[in-house]
Amino acid sequence: MRYVVKKSVTFILTLLLVSLLAFFAFQIIPGDPAIKMLGTQATPEKIAALQDKLGLNRPMPVRYLSWLGDFFFGDMGESYSYHMSVSSMLAGKLPITLTLTLMSFIMIVAGAVPLGIYTAKHKDKPVTKAVNVLNQIAMSVPPFFMGILFTYLFGIVLRWFTPGGFVSYTSNIGGFIGYLFFPAVAIAVPKLAMATKMLQGSLLSEMQLDYVRTAYSRGNRTNGVLYHHVLKNAMIPVVTFLGMTLADIVAGSIIIEQVFSIPGLGRLLITSISNRDYPVVQAIIVCIAVIVIIINYVVDIVYQILDPRVRGQ
Amino acid sequence: MKLKKRDYSFYIGAVLTALIVLLVIVGIFYTPYDPDAMNPADKFAGVSLRHLMGCDNFGRDIFSRILKGTGTTLLIALCTIGIGAGTGTVLGAVTGYYGGVADEILMRFNDAVLAFPSILVALVFISIMGSGKYNVIIALGIVFIPSFARIVRGEFIHYRNLDYVQSAKLMGAGAVRIMFVHILPNAWPVLLSSVIIGFNNAVLAEASMSFLGIGVQPPDASLGRMLSESQAFLFSAPWCALFPGLMIVLLILGFALLSEGLKGRY
Repeated sequence: MRYVVKKSVTFILTLLLVSLLAFFAFQIIPGDPAIKMLGTQATPEKIAALQDKLGLNRPMPVRYLSWLGDFFFGDMGESYSYHMSVSSMLAGKLPITLTLTLMSFIMIVAGAVPLGIYTAKHKDKPVTKAVNVLNQIAMSVPPFFMGILFTYLFGIVLRWFTPGGFVSYTSNIGGFIGYLFFPAVAIAVPKLAMATKMLQGSLLSEMQLDYVRTAYSRGNRTNGVLYHHVLKNAMIPVVTFLGMTLADIVAGSIIIEQVFSIPGLGRLLITSISNRDYPVVQAIIVCIAVIVIIINYVVDIVYQILDPRVRGQ
Repeated sequence: MKLKKRDYSFYIGAVLTALIVLLVIVGIFYTPYDPDAMNPADKFAGVSLRHLMGCDNFGRDIFSRILKGTGTTLLIALCTIGIGAGTGTVLGAVTGYYGGVADEILMRFNDAVLAFPSILVALVFISIMGSGKYNVIIALGIVFIPSFARIVRGEFIHYRNLDYVQSAKLMGAGAVRIMFVHILPNAWPVLLSSVIIGFNNAVLAEASMSFLGIGVQPPDASLGRMLSESQAFLFSAPWCALFPGLMIVLLILGFALLSEGLKGRY
């Protein structure tokens, strides 16, 4: 219990720190948001009125707190270039990026666990050696290049999907998942390779330990030892890795959205950066960081269930 | 003498990396064509003896552009790691050696920064400072500091209480001397392998940013940018995407194998 409390405190502190960083990072930008929003229609009176309305005249700490409060209740400000509320712009995009992230995460776990176990069990077979070599190569292929290769191979040559033919989840959920399949694979492949390698190594070193010999001598078969004793321990570093990877998967989704023309958070982020639409950039950054922090928190809790030793620390 | 698996990794990685570096060095002094010269007659020229890797939509020789682009990528990665590892080592050494409140605060700060995907933090910097080669170096350099600081800090916490450090203290050695002459060399193997991994991450981050159009700006050739431009004519000229992409893969693969091999040596 103490562990959970400690982690929860860290969790909240990290969230606050991230919000501080995100708020002040966008305060250093030169230029007045009021002037930017008004654009060519800026007159001194209008600027003063808007500054008043946006609360730009108030001291910095007050502005931070009110920004934080608004953000907490879903008010993320107004976009400079589209003049609509940022939260309504994000609302439609968030599910797309989240689905993509989740799909590739599931693929990584569903692929790496069986592959890792299989290659650890048959470590001297040629299949394992082939998998290891392939793994090493797969780790070196950046997701966006993998995405381009997929577009060429499956989109242009084999015509299994239409490049750029994104289907919205509101119109056809099956088509939506289908279109996200190849992007998700492109993100998953390098991480899947890493997770496989890690689980394999972790299993192999775990199998050398004394308790494994004891388990064997008590008459367990290889499968029994592997699934009832070793796997749980060997998963510990892999769970840490998966938690750390999540940030990379989210980043990967942002990039892969450009390759497959998926109108998710990433595409919005990139357009907003080139438009210098800072409220949108800020909101997306905070959203992504919050997602990553929440997942890290969950990983910490899962970790504790897997490895009782950390509870005492 | 029988070669172990790790040795294979090391030699293959070393040869691959050396070849690429050699190509880049040659590319500084000589490229078959001017990397930026447009030639309408060679628009979308395929792979041939004249153009080893074909030509792009402006008739620019892709091989020459790859030579130059790889140079840019390597330079950015080197500078990034220089900033990241340099600052990170000093920060990690000081906080790890002294500990205390400052250490605690800095590590919380570190955790907060590490919660953001690194490329995202770099994007924030770029959106504030503007794009371009030098801003990419600064942005990525800053982004890489926390991970190095954390690794070096861990090593210093381990070593600071060991007997040999204590006896150096008794001999009257100053804190700076103990940190950088006595402890740092012992942290070197760990630091070296994280430098190589960091180098790979830097290559990947730079390529991703240029791919997104917010990294290296034209006319500077860059592998990521070539890839993103090639998407428009993937159907008619797939070689424009294939070769820059392969170059990125080989670069990352070479360093990954090197680090794999080094792991076995220490």
